[in-house]
Amino acid sequence: MSCWETFTDYALRSIGIGAKLLPKADFTLCQQFTLIGSGLIWNVYFGALALLFGFFLANALALARIAHNPWVRKPAEWFVFVFRGSPLFIQFFLAYEMLVMLPRTGIEVFGLTLTSSWLTKAWAGALIVLFLNTAAYSAEIFYGALRSIPKGDLEAAEAYGITGWSKFRRIQWPTMLRLAWPSYTNEAIFLFQSTTLVFFSGFPALSQQGDALYYANYFADKTFNPFIPYPIVAAYFVLLTLGVIWLFGRINRHLNRHLPQNIRSRIRLRPQLVR
Amino acid sequence: MFAACADPKAIEGLTWAMCYLTSGKHLDFYGSFATVLLLLAVTAPVAMALGFGGAMAARSQIAPLRWIGKAYTAMVRGVPDIVYFLFFVIALDQGIEYLNHLRVCDDLSQPVFRGLEFHVCAEAKVPPATASPFTFQAYSFGLAVITFAIVFGAFVANVIYGAMQAVPRAQLETAEAYGMSHGQVFRRVLVPQMWTYALPGLTNLWMILIKATPLLFLLSVKDIVYYARELGGTKTQAYEYPHPDWRLYYFLGLLVFYLLMTKLSEIVLTRIANRLSKGQATAAGEAMRKAAI
Repeated sequence: MSCWETFTDYALRSIGIGAKLLPKADFTLCQQFTLIGSGLIWNVYFGALALLFGFFLANALALARIAHNPWVRKPAEWFVFVFRGSPLFIQFFLAYEMLVMLPRTGIEVFGLTLTSSWLTKAWAGALIVLFLNTAAYSAEIFYGALRSIPKGDLEAAEAYGITGWSKFRRIQWPTMLRLAWPSYTNEAIFLFQSTTLVFFSGFPALSQQGDALYYANYFADKTFNPFIPYPIVAAYFVLLTLGVIWLFGRINRHLNRHLPQNIRSRIRLRPQLVR
Repeated sequence: MFAACADPKAIEGLTWAMCYLTSGKHLDFYGSFATVLLLLAVTAPVAMALGFGGAMAARSQIAPLRWIGKAYTAMVRGVPDIVYFLFFVIALDQGIEYLNHLRVCDDLSQPVFRGLEFHVCAEAKVPPATASPFTFQAYSFGLAVITFAIVFGAFVANVIYGAMQAVPRAQLETAEAYGMSHGQVFRRVLVPQMWTYALPGLTNLWMILIKATPLLFLLSVKDIVYYARELGGTKTQAYEYPHPDWRLYYFLGLLVFYLLMTKLSEIVLTRIANRLSKGQATAAGEAMRKAAI
């Protein structure tokens, strides 16, 4: 089988398009690269969507955390504490068991039957967990940024008669985003890396459609040779990380465009951290 | 364990709960919490040592040593650590068996990698096939500890390398001006001052290490996640203590355990940070001085 045939068979295998069966013997490098790359689709899917949705919830949570009203502040603090204080791995297991317990027949709401079985699938269930998790971590970053907005900026805004909502929209929020962006970039990188946990934590990979690490693990189990598949995953992830850094760097430049060159905040890549 | 528990089907209510929670498997479950704590207790100092060594190597004057140090600190950037966890466990296991193979096997004519299999002779298996289940558990736990130590050592090396760079240059130059040798500057000036800068990063790493412990489950160690899944699963009438699917409650228990661990560490580490900042010429030390007035 030529490499091109392998590519057409397995390039979209992780989303169920192409050959039905995974290779069983005579593993080639081409197969490993293709299949592991195909699994990367799931990593990108989980990471990108969780980041996108998480961004909005994180803003809401950060605002709730600086609110004076304890009825608003306390729930947000607890949410952040629970999701930041416990391992993501346990959160996946817990969420899966919780979603499995939903009635199989669906829930009756105002005469409509809502099915719940799709929630136990990884594409929905794991995405929800990752979304809540990244929202909690990002909320902490945004909260810190909100608190470190220079006092002078806010006073200047008020002196110009900018108050209330328009002060928030035009001064506070953009400054928060600018201050938080380097840390938020790191959070995005960690999030993409933690998507590898999904298929190792309760959520089943139906008909062997898994992420990059799932396939790497498959090859390592079959060939008893960890020295090829795992470095391939590592290489793919380095590329993914570079992509994230590039994209977030572009946004960072945009956020800092009004500042003189020498005081712009730069994104410093910090070593990735487990959650 | 208790005499009343002899026939679990006949008892009900609180007695049943007490008997259920003290069954043999549950005692193993409680023991597995000790496994987690043991992992933390062993990994933390070993990772510190590895990280310190890595940071020293990265600053070394000797080029090859410096390259090794730099490569080690760069290892953890950009690649998910779980990849390393899965990789090192197999790689270490095969490495040990291969060395043993070269040492004890008589017939070395066959290659070790044969097609899809990794073959060593029966005497070279580690641990030997006749070993007790406990030995197997201890061996996979040992591999897990080494893996954790290597990965977290790289994190620590990053933090310590950064902290060493953060020590003001003038301090080192002054020490050199007093005629101290390289080693003396390192021991007497650089290392003592470094800790203030390294502490926030190390605190962070400790929290992360706590939260990484459930990954033991992936390294085929019977840890708390393993037992939570085993014990919580639906038990039919064939079992002594039949019950429906209780995994959710077991995992809730684990969640609470981890939240308590992080909260407790946070309190202790804040105390340590405060003690270390006392009288230091840093922002935190200054804040403490002002608060005292």
